[in-house]
Amino acid sequence: MLKRTRQMALGALAGAAMLALASGPSFAQNEQFIPANGYWVGPYAPGGSGFFGGVIDYFQMLNTRDGGINGVKLTWEKCETEYNNARGVECYERSKKKGPTGATVVHPLSTGITYSLIEKGTADKIPLISMGYGRTDAADGRVFPYVFPLITTYWSQNTAKIKFIGTKEGGMDKLKGKKIVNIYHDSAYGKETIPVLDVQAKKYGFTVTHIAVPHPGNEQQAQWLQVRQIKPDWVILRGWGVMNPTALKAAARAGFPRNKIVGVWWSGAEEDVIPAGDAAKGYIAAGFNLPGTNFPVMQEILKQVYKNGKGEMEDDSRIGSIYHTRGVVAGIITAEAIRTAQGKYGKKPITGEQMRWGIENLNINDARLKQLGAVGLMQALKVSCMDHEGGGAVKFLQWNGKKWNVITDWIASDQSIVRPMIEQSAAAYAKEKGITPRDCSKES
Amino acid sequence: MLYREAGQFKATYVEDQQIFPIRQDRIAFAILLAVAFLVVPLVGNQYWLSAILTPFLVASLATIGLNILTGYAGQLSLGTAAFMAVGAFMAYNFELRMPWMPILGSFALAGLCAAAVGMVFGLPSLRIKGFYLAVATLACQFFVLWALQRIGWFTNYSTSGVITAQKIVILGYAVVTPASKYLLTLSVVAVMALLAKNLMRSQTGRAFMAVRDMDVAAEVIGIRMMRTKLLAFAISSFYCGVAGALYAFCYLGTVEPEAFNLDISFRILFMVIVGGVGSILGSFLGAGFITLLPIFLNLVSGWIRHTFGVELDHAMLSNLELIIFGGLIIFFLIVEPLGLARLWQIGKEKLRLWPFPH
Repeated sequence: MLKRTRQMALGALAGAAMLALASGPSFAQNEQFIPANGYWVGPYAPGGSGFFGGVIDYFQMLNTRDGGINGVKLTWEKCETEYNNARGVECYERSKKKGPTGATVVHPLSTGITYSLIEKGTADKIPLISMGYGRTDAADGRVFPYVFPLITTYWSQNTAKIKFIGTKEGGMDKLKGKKIVNIYHDSAYGKETIPVLDVQAKKYGFTVTHIAVPHPGNEQQAQWLQVRQIKPDWVILRGWGVMNPTALKAAARAGFPRNKIVGVWWSGAEEDVIPAGDAAKGYIAAGFNLPGTNFPVMQEILKQVYKNGKGEMEDDSRIGSIYHTRGVVAGIITAEAIRTAQGKYGKKPITGEQMRWGIENLNINDARLKQLGAVGLMQALKVSCMDHEGGGAVKFLQWNGKKWNVITDWIASDQSIVRPMIEQSAAAYAKEKGITPRDCSKES
Repeated sequence: MLYREAGQFKATYVEDQQIFPIRQDRIAFAILLAVAFLVVPLVGNQYWLSAILTPFLVASLATIGLNILTGYAGQLSLGTAAFMAVGAFMAYNFELRMPWMPILGSFALAGLCAAAVGMVFGLPSLRIKGFYLAVATLACQFFVLWALQRIGWFTNYSTSGVITAQKIVILGYAVVTPASKYLLTLSVVAVMALLAKNLMRSQTGRAFMAVRDMDVAAEVIGIRMMRTKLLAFAISSFYCGVAGALYAFCYLGTVEPEAFNLDISFRILFMVIVGGVGSILGSFLGAGFITLLPIFLNLVSGWIRHTFGVELDHAMLSNLELIIFGGLIIFFLIVEPLGLARLWQIGKEKLRLWPFPH
């Protein structure tokens, strides 16, 4: 009996293996393939499923309403990365040859995976968009032609945050002598802002203490005890996933006022505050996209996609949540870059190399934002060979226990601090790797 | 039929003691090696070479490393990923600070560094055993990652704590294509697996097994406990270190210390247990099972979706894959607690007797 089960199991496995290898999905010719390599399981699933839910909802809306982009239908395929570098690389390798022109562009949605893909994407001529995450110095497009940390990088965001704290204190000169604690997720992502904070601390005369929280961050007693000893004026929370509600609860227990905690945008979604309950009231977070379903583009998605039962978000309350609209913003950027590239290379499926040109020459101005129905959802964006970031401004939101309220206008980042650091860091990378930076004046 | 051994006589001890005493095995293995070295790089596409076979080989090497320690010498360890991290980061540093160093030299030196770390954290094994030792090696796991994240020197003061592996150049030939990286990994793994196999058949290997089976008895017959245990830690860590260096240089390219977290240590321990404790072949089978099965399940679910047109929810599917994966591990452990290598052995015994079982 046992023997037979064993044989059957092995047989079934072998048979399934053959089938899986023999066939793959087929693609029609007039299609543009964009891989959806994200995560729908594990501790970071809210971020991954919300983000890619938004991207796919927007693509679905374009397909239903306009029949794609200039007649080219958008296609996608999900691949589970589990927020794990090795799986992310596997998904990338699997998806890069799919569709008539291969993967158009990859959104890794993980700083670690972005790092692992920089060289591979550059070699394969597939652009990476790391929107609001990833390697900050990739904003220097001369050294990183295929990497686009669009809208705002971590460093830009961080300078805007210090500006925000400055205005709250009544002027940047008032920052002198203040104490700021930076609580960060102990990973490449978390550490990214340490140098820019140190530079600003020197410039404005405040002291900054960096406290690491080991992955995944569900134990923070010791860290908040340290915060209590330091008695800082502000805490910057650089968390991710389960670390965020834990931090807010720990702060409440340590008696630290939540309206003095400023989070990064990966700490500022509904999923980050709701589990913390009342402890999250008053907490402030940065954002480069705003939540809500009132924007015309969100209404279009509701009408074209959700009415037909094709929506990605199963839970209706998550439609228009921060992660969902962030995905919609990513969808808009991707689609607009494809449109830009089509303007130069013709209305047919474009290659990764052509897409790279499309992103680099992307210009979403206010008039275009209005046409797209995304005024207020995102900021205007203009990318260039020199500047792969394009935007740089941040709004701040405060959680009132029910929803996120916008409490500031777009706060511009301080490029006088960020840009020299980016160029210095990119130059060091170029030297280590033996890359000759492009001459941007020769790009067309 | 396949395994008819009629006419295969062994006239010398050397013949009797070779790794593959049966001629058919030798031929099959030679064919396997020829396919792996010659055919696969030609026919394998980029996806297979760089996303499936290379990580599989790296995982196999790390599993051999842990198998030497846990399977042969009986010392339970949860520090495998830490030793891999030491290998990866030290190989990077050797290449960075001594650019003239040939890459294989860096790998070997990185392996030696891992071996040194392994010996230090192997010291508690002289006093404690079993699960308690596993907890002691857990300290190694956390300490090494902590050190790599805190001490800037290891990452060349990179702001985000990430290292990017240098280009591999061997005798003026740049190893950049997936096929060449695969071949490099395969060569290293093949040579080291052969060495491990022979080492375990030598006096050292027998000393390891004596310690595993009963350390008091081993001591009574004159095996030096300290030397044997620390040697097991050193050799095991050396293998893991080289595996870590290959992981960084031939697979991921860019790594952060967090890539070598406890999860990896556990996965490699599972590879040892599922594959077969105390078996080199089992290391390969276990690594194959644990690294390839999730990807394979993922491909199958995609295939089912496209063929039958069933639109399944992706999140549910992803969770289902994890459930099936866990279920299969339990299934195989119940069917054969000694691992896949034992299943293979039983199958071979049956084939040798076939068609006249007795």
